[in-house]
Amino acid sequence: MSAVLEIEGLRKTYRSRKRGVRHALDGFDMRVEAGQVHGFLGPNGSGKTTTLRTLLGLIRPNGGRMAILGQELPQALPAVAGQVGAIVESPQFFPHFSARDTLGLLAQAGELPRQRVDEVLELVGLRDRAGERVKTYSLGMKQRLAVASALLKNPKLLILDEPANGLDPGGIREMRGLMRDLATAGMTVVLSSHILGEIQLICDSVTIISLGRRVAFGPVDEVLAAHSQGAVRVRLEAVTDLPQAAETLTRAGIRVTAEPDHLMLAGVDKPAAVSRVLAEQGLYVSELTPVAVDLESVFLELTATAPVPGQHRQVDQSMKVGEPGSGATTGGWGA
Amino acid sequence: MSLYVTELRRLGKRRLTRLLLVLLLLGLATVATAFSFSSHQLSKEVVAAAQVESDAQYQRAVEDWKKTVADCDAAKARGDQNTEDRYGPNCGRDWQPQPEMFDPKWNLPYQFDFRAEFPTFIAVFAGAVALFAFIVGASYVGAEWSTGGMMNLLLWRPKRLAVLGTKLAALLTTVLGVSLVLGAFWTFAFWLIGRYRGTTAKVTAGVWRSIGLDGLRAVGLILLVGAVAFALASLGRHTAMALGAAVAVFAISEIGIRIAVNVLSVPFGDRYVLSTYAQSWFMKQVELFDYDTCQFAKGACEPAKLVVTWQQSALVLGVGAAAVLIGAFWSMRRRDIS
Repeated sequence: MSAVLEIEGLRKTYRSRKRGVRHALDGFDMRVEAGQVHGFLGPNGSGKTTTLRTLLGLIRPNGGRMAILGQELPQALPAVAGQVGAIVESPQFFPHFSARDTLGLLAQAGELPRQRVDEVLELVGLRDRAGERVKTYSLGMKQRLAVASALLKNPKLLILDEPANGLDPGGIREMRGLMRDLATAGMTVVLSSHILGEIQLICDSVTIISLGRRVAFGPVDEVLAAHSQGAVRVRLEAVTDLPQAAETLTRAGIRVTAEPDHLMLAGVDKPAAVSRVLAEQGLYVSELTPVAVDLESVFLELTATAPVPGQHRQVDQSMKVGEPGSGATTGGWGA
Repeated sequence: MSLYVTELRRLGKRRLTRLLLVLLLLGLATVATAFSFSSHQLSKEVVAAAQVESDAQYQRAVEDWKKTVADCDAAKARGDQNTEDRYGPNCGRDWQPQPEMFDPKWNLPYQFDFRAEFPTFIAVFAGAVALFAFIVGASYVGAEWSTGGMMNLLLWRPKRLAVLGTKLAALLTTVLGVSLVLGAFWTFAFWLIGRYRGTTAKVTAGVWRSIGLDGLRAVGLILLVGAVAFALASLGRHTAMALGAAVAVFAISEIGIRIAVNVLSVPFGDRYVLSTYAQSWFMKQVELFDYDTCQFAKGACEPAKLVVTWQQSALVLGVGAAAVLIGAFWSMRRRDIS
């Protein structure tokens, strides 16, 4: 499968007399294959938006390599810009222009046929409100307009930064369907979002960034599997047998956490082995359930941004790659 | 080309552009209309009436004078000693009013002289349209920056200098079009005022050529103001940057420098004030005098003179505008867009 988007060793450094040198991107890598819906995840200030802006020529990198559709950036950006549709952060529009005017001006600047405006308005559900001023739109409607502006070029690569921001549940579902349809039609979609449930549902693959570095990447299933830790929930027929079961399993080398009515096991490669070990001691399981991890828990684990009771995490506190177990680290503003 | 046409459309669709254009039209129309009422054509009847009024004033003055002399003589006859204090020497006989003291022109209503006075109205026009150009120029690009429109556009056309240059070209084209069209109407309106409520006498081809050159200089200044406002707003990436800079320049140049050169007694201090060059640009030249070189105790004095020519003004204003524009394009090329 060919790569539509390639980033290698991307660096962006901000220098400030007051704040010193900060690395917004610190050797970041990313690869997106053609036809995929790719999730781009990271905590606030991790470098997501900096990456997208750099890719789109809005920010000059200090080093690294970028390519879109096989063409090196930023040199080839004017050539590939017509094949890349993007919204970065929450785009704003002139409040006194209508959606049709806004898109019409963009279409004219891009030398696109006028009918394309109507097509994308239909696609994002703004057809009947297209003549109204943008200032009368809700946040969700503005977001739809932003997506419409990105789709206007009928791009090969669509980059959307928080496209579901402000959308109602129906809108989120529509957006999800739209992303899938676009990918099915051959468009490659890069989706940056904090709604991890959506990412898990929509995306084929993900890249997770923390403090300017990639901390995880690959197909969603593989990323989840790599961080599932073999968690299993065990219930017994008699709750009174739980302490004996916990002792037996611990002796067998399994990490056990006792809960009031069940046990949580970690590091279990084969759940059947648990059943066998317990049966040998006359303990019979009533439930043996592998616990699947979700993207949110993987994200929180990888970026060390899970909330801790009694603590207030600051935006720059997250995991620095290459230092597992080092806990939260500061740095990396500018995303 | 498509981007240029798009930018022309975008500028024309902006509410502020339309609102200011309407206000500009209303303002210019109000000035022209109000002025037309203040001017009166001097027909033979009006001139004759002024002559009659003037003669009557002369006659009244002669009667008053005769009565005063007679009163003085009567007072003298009664033995008054202080008639000289009250009536002057010789009972004021030497102060008889003369006909030339009552010029009929003083009784004529105001008549607009197109040839002599229209250049002043070109300056009024230039001031109004320059204000329009400043606000439209600054807000056009300032709003693009502050609303994210510039970023959106660069995602479509990732050629920064070309995008900024095209926007500037669209602005200058629009301002030029507005200036030329309104300038033509303005000239025609005042020619009509001169023709029907004033005078258009002695308006030769040479006068028209001079008016044309004045108009060209006015348009040049308007375009320069628009371009500088655009560049300042682009440098600061906000409309307020241009407005703030304008206030700062006014405060520093027109107030601060004037005070400083006065305190320090700098010869020809006004040559350091920006408005001197704008004035010189319009009036072809401005003469500055240094009265400190005179010792009036020794009698009449011809003070030292410095002439600021329109060519010097072109240099000063052009270099200033070029510096701001280069700064804006350099900033567009170098700075991150976030």
